[in-house]
This record gives sequence, structure tokens and C-alpha cells, in this order.
Amino acid sequence: MVMNATPHISIENLTMAYGDFLIQRDLTFTINRGDIFIIMGGSGCGKSTLLRHLVGLKRPAKGDVRYEGESFWNAQPESRAGRMKQFGVLFQSGALWSSMTLAENVELPLAEYTNLTPDEIREIVSFKLALVGLAGFEEFYPNEISGGMQKRAGLARAMALDPEILFFDEPSAGLDPISSRRLDELILELRDSLGATVVIVTHELASIFAIGTNSVFLDAETKTMLAVGSPRMLLEESADHKIQTFLTRGDGKTEKADT
Amino acid sequence: MRKSEEAQVHVSHATSDTLLLTLKGSWKLQSGIPPFTEIEKTIESSTGIQQLTFDSQHVTSWDSGLVTFVLRVLTYCTQHRIEVDRTDLPEGVQRLVSLALAVPEQQGTRRLIPSESWLARFGKEVMVTLEGANAMIAFVGDASLAFWALLAGKARFRRSDLSLTIQECGIQALPIVSLISFLVGLILAFVGAVQLQQFGAHIYVADLVGLGMAREMGAMMTGIIMGGRTGAAFAAQLGTMRVNQEIDAMITLGLSPMEFLVLPRMLALSLMMPLLCLYADLMGILGGMVVGVTMLDLGFLQYFNQTQASLSLMDFFLGLVKSMVFGVLVAMAGCLRGMQCGNSSAAVGIAATSAVVTSIVFIVVSDSILTVIYNAIGV
Ligand SMILES: Nc1ncnc2c1ncn2[C@@H]1O[C@H](COP(=O)(O)OP(=O)(O)OP(=O)(O)O)[C@@H](O)[C@H]1O
Ligand SMILES: [Mg+2]
Repeated sequence: MVMNATPHISIENLTMAYGDFLIQRDLTFTINRGDIFIIMGGSGCGKSTLLRHLVGLKRPAKGDVRYEGESFWNAQPESRAGRMKQFGVLFQSGALWSSMTLAENVELPLAEYTNLTPDEIREIVSFKLALVGLAGFEEFYPNEISGGMQKRAGLARAMALDPEILFFDEPSAGLDPISSRRLDELILELRDSLGATVVIVTHELASIFAIGTNSVFLDAETKTMLAVGSPRMLLEESADHKIQTFLTRGDGKTEKADT
Repeated sequence: MRKSEEAQVHVSHATSDTLLLTLKGSWKLQSGIPPFTEIEKTIESSTGIQQLTFDSQHVTSWDSGLVTFVLRVLTYCTQHRIEVDRTDLPEGVQRLVSLALAVPEQQGTRRLIPSESWLARFGKEVMVTLEGANAMIAFVGDASLAFWALLAGKARFRRSDLSLTIQECGIQALPIVSLISFLVGLILAFVGAVQLQQFGAHIYVADLVGLGMAREMGAMMTGIIMGGRTGAAFAAQLGTMRVNQEIDAMITLGLSPMEFLVLPRMLALSLMMPLLCLYADLMGILGGMVVGVTMLDLGFLQYFNQTQASLSLMDFFLGLVKSMVFGVLVAMAGCLRGMQCGNSSAAVGIAATSAVVTSIVFIVVSDSILTVIYNAIGV
């Protein structure tokens, strides 16, 4: 694994707000290349909002995000757009293009950014859909499949171009335990084989401990982050009550989450 | 409902500093909950209350009605530093109340709606209007850039989107355009006939209908039909895509929504509008002819020849130019409102309505401007 001196993504003094409504302030942490970075926190604390800041959809109220040391939000729109092409994003709602079939959804980025022939593209599309367990659903429209399946199709689209950085917003929400487990394996595989950096918002304790190499915990009450570190380390060392409650589902420190 | 079934609450003093709330009857949302004000008055009138207890032995049935009542009492008591003893409430109520209080209210989420002076409100309205104008200009700029990219052969969009949209706003609009323009031709003929018949000049109905349709009404009517039909549809489609974050997904992939979504729609509508307009012109003339032949005793050939003599190709051309402009404007209004759509399904409805209003305003204003220009250059 390539380990650079500069972190892949660094978040500097990021403050997020919708108008006057402050969501989170003074977020500072770094994400290294090859990390599987987990964003945790209670519902409504601003995890999806943080993701929107990282992928270039919402300008920070204050602070900046740096990719490989280069400023993201203070850069020219063109260079930001160039950077965004290296991202693969899975939205919380899936956000598949509803007027296109699953195959067309995955196809579009490939057709736009590669010089592959239609046949080659079709093969890649089938492969990506098969990876997320949707082989055979190529010609289905998003409204013809279930919520969990839409999530997975969104995942296939996010992976279409083998991006350098993957952002997943609750990829396992709405999945059964087995699919969820398969998803964890897929994420690990993507990291290992493609060298991707993965940033995940998730509540799934099992996968947090199974795949997370680093994490940040956001808190809605104090409106800032409470801790950064690997989930295991947080579980063992953090004295913060909120983090302990979160990582043990409110059961106290007695029970260790199993992998 | 019988008296004993009704939800009742009695306030009494258990000791000098303890208040007892005796609850009776059926505490259900549907049968109504007693007002809290009475208790408030009792507490305020008696000094030195430090504790409050409940007696709920005679509560026959309850639902959220009782829970909300208890929560109201609790909020009041915390504000007035009165301790509340909840142990005598039904167990289910106690558990629900604890659950409701488990997650403290997030600070800063309660929206305060400050009352403002009319001046401040007026100022805000002006700011909002200016912002709207700004957004519109930015949108026009972006759309022009996308169009430029198209001319340079660099615009990226799906050809299948274009052909689908062409179908939607071309062929599928034919029935309604036929009906409306035929009837408009009919109406024009009737209106003209009433006047022209008075001095035996009813043959000129053909001129009136021909010129009216070709230069003005054909373009105007198709414009308004397409505004209500296609403009609203564009706004609703793009608005829904915005709500579903489909547009965000495009942006993160570096695909420009301007090129992928707006361009094919503008292109399709501005290509189809002149065709529809020409068709509407002919339907309108047909409508006039029906009136002329059946009611004014004009011969079919006579009417046809008169129409042909009164119309030049230029008249049709001027109408077509108008319709092309309307096509661009209607598509622009629809896409603009769709892209500006807020984040809820209600916002999609607002976007569609506003697209129609914007289209009609655009059409009428640009029509007046074009008519004045035509007049000035004498065509
Ligand atoms: N478009 C918006 N305008 C105003 N406020 C918003 C908007 N979107 C989200 N919020 C607010 O931002 C806060 C954080 O929202 P966000 O969607 O980031 O939460 P989250 O941490 O992803 O929650 P969940 O785990 O439930 O998905 C919420 O309190 C919400 O009220
Ligand atoms: Mg979220």
C-alpha cells in the first residue's frame, strides 16, 4: 500500500451551516490513503452534510477541505471538477437516475469518460452489477426494484469508474445481514485491489469494527466532533460517555462488539 | 358520551405544598382532552406548591391524549420548579413519557419566527426578488454556454433523451394543438363575420383568419399550450430529479446538468415549436374555412383563393420566428423552475405552477416586443 506523507484528505476547521442554522463547527481531521474511514454519530448530527462538503456539493461556511494537500474549496471550479471525477459517491437515498435502467445508470459515466466500445462497456456494467448481487437486473428501472436493491445499484454506479476515493452514505441501511456482510467484504476488496480510500457513513456496529481503520464521531448537542481514531481504539480508550454508549448500543462497556 | 366516560381532571391539595391531580374517565384523543389552563390557574393562585402527584385509578382507558397531557404538565412544572411524582400514572404512560424525554430537544432547532416591521419584510422581499433575477440571469448564461458547447460539437448529452423529448413535445402534443387552434380559427371567423357582414364584406373573413393565425395566434396559442403542457412537465421532471438527489449524483460525476438535462429539452422544444406552429396555422385556417363555407355562404374555392391572395410566405415566416422564440422561452422557464426546485414534493408542485406562470409572462412580453419590432421594420 502506498503511504504518502501528506494525507489523502484533510479537513481543516470545517464549519457547516444551512443559512443561520449551524450543523457542525471546527472539524479538523485527516484521512490517509487506503483508509476505510467511518463517519459516526447520532441521527441528524450532520454526517450526510459532511459528505456533501467533501464531495463538492456544498460550500463550507468556514474552513476548507484539502485533497493531497491541495485546497478543494478555494480552488478554481475547473480544478474542483477535475478532482470530483476521481470520486465515486453513493447517496443516502441511492439517487439513481429514474428515467434510465440500471445498466444505463452504470453505463453513463463509463460512456462519458472512457473510450471503450459499447460491447466492452456492457461487459463492465454486468460485472459491476454482479459485484453488488444484481446480476440479471440490467434492464430494470429503479422504481421496479426494492430500496435495498436501489442502494446496491447506486453502489455499482459509484464504482463504475474505479474511483480513487469512494464516499458511501449508509451503504448497508436497508440490507439484510448477509448482503451487509458481503458489502463489507466488497469494500475491503475495493480498498485492497484498487487502492481506493473509502469514506463511509454508517451505523452498523458490526461493520464499523470489522472494516473501519479510522473514524470520527460527530455530536449533535455540542455541534462538533468528539473524537478521532480507529473504532476499536475509541471503544477501548475513549472515556466519553456518548461514544461508549454509541459503540456499545447503550449497553455499557461490559460487552465487546464481535466482528 | 356518558358523563362518567368523559376525561376529567380535578385539582386538589393533598398537603399544603402538594397538589393532587385526579384523573377520571376515558382519556382518548378522539373524545377530547380537558384544557390545561384550569390547573395552571389553580397552581398560580396557590402559593408554595412544591410537588405534584397524580391519581389515575379511575382512568378507564387512555392513549396519546393522556401522555401529551402529562407532558404538558411536566413542561409547566419544570418551568415553575415543581417536582412531579409520576409513580401513580398507568405504567404504560410512565414508560412513554420517559421515552419522550430520553432525547433532549436539540438546541437551536426550534425555529423562532420573529415579528418584523413591514419595512424589514419589504426589504427582504426585494432581496428575494433580486436574488431571483440574479439566478435567472445566471441560468440564461449557463444555458447559452451549453448551447455554445453544442455548436462547437462539445456538448455531452444522451441522444436518446433528445429523441424522447422531441417525441414528447412534438407528436404527442398534436391532438391538443389541433383542437385549440381549430377552435381559435373558428372564433376569429365568427368575431370577424359579425362586423364584416354589416357591409357585405364577409369574404374578408378569410383575410382576417389567415393573417391572424399566421402572424399571431398560431404561435401564441402553441406557445401557451406548450407552456402549460411541456413547460410544466419539464419543471416537474427536473424538480423531482433534484428532490431525489439525481442532479447531485450527476454533478459529483462531473456531468453537467445543463448539458445533460436542460440542453436536450431546450433543443427539442425550439425545434418542435415552429413545426407545431405551422400546423396550428393550417388548423386555424381550416376552422375559419368551416365557418366561412357553412355559415357565410362562401364557396370553398372562393375562401381558399381569398386566403391565398391575402397571405404571403413572409407572414408565415414571421409567425414561425415568434414560435421559435417562444419555444426557447418556454423550455427555459420550465428548466429554470425545475432546477431551482426546493427539497420537497410540495416544492415540485410549486415549481410546475411557477413554470407555467413564467412561460405565459415570457410569451406575452416577448410577443409584444416582437410585434413592435415587426411594426418598426415594416414587415
Ligand atoms: N437542505 C437543508 N436545509 C436545512 N437544514 C438541513 C438541510 N438538510 C439537512 N438539514 C439539517 O441538517 C442536520 C443534519 O442533517 P444530515 O442529513 O446531515 O444528518 P445525518 O447525520 O446524515 O442524519 P441521518 O443519520 O439520519 O442520515 C439536520 O438537523 C437537518 O435538520
Ligand atoms: Mg444522513
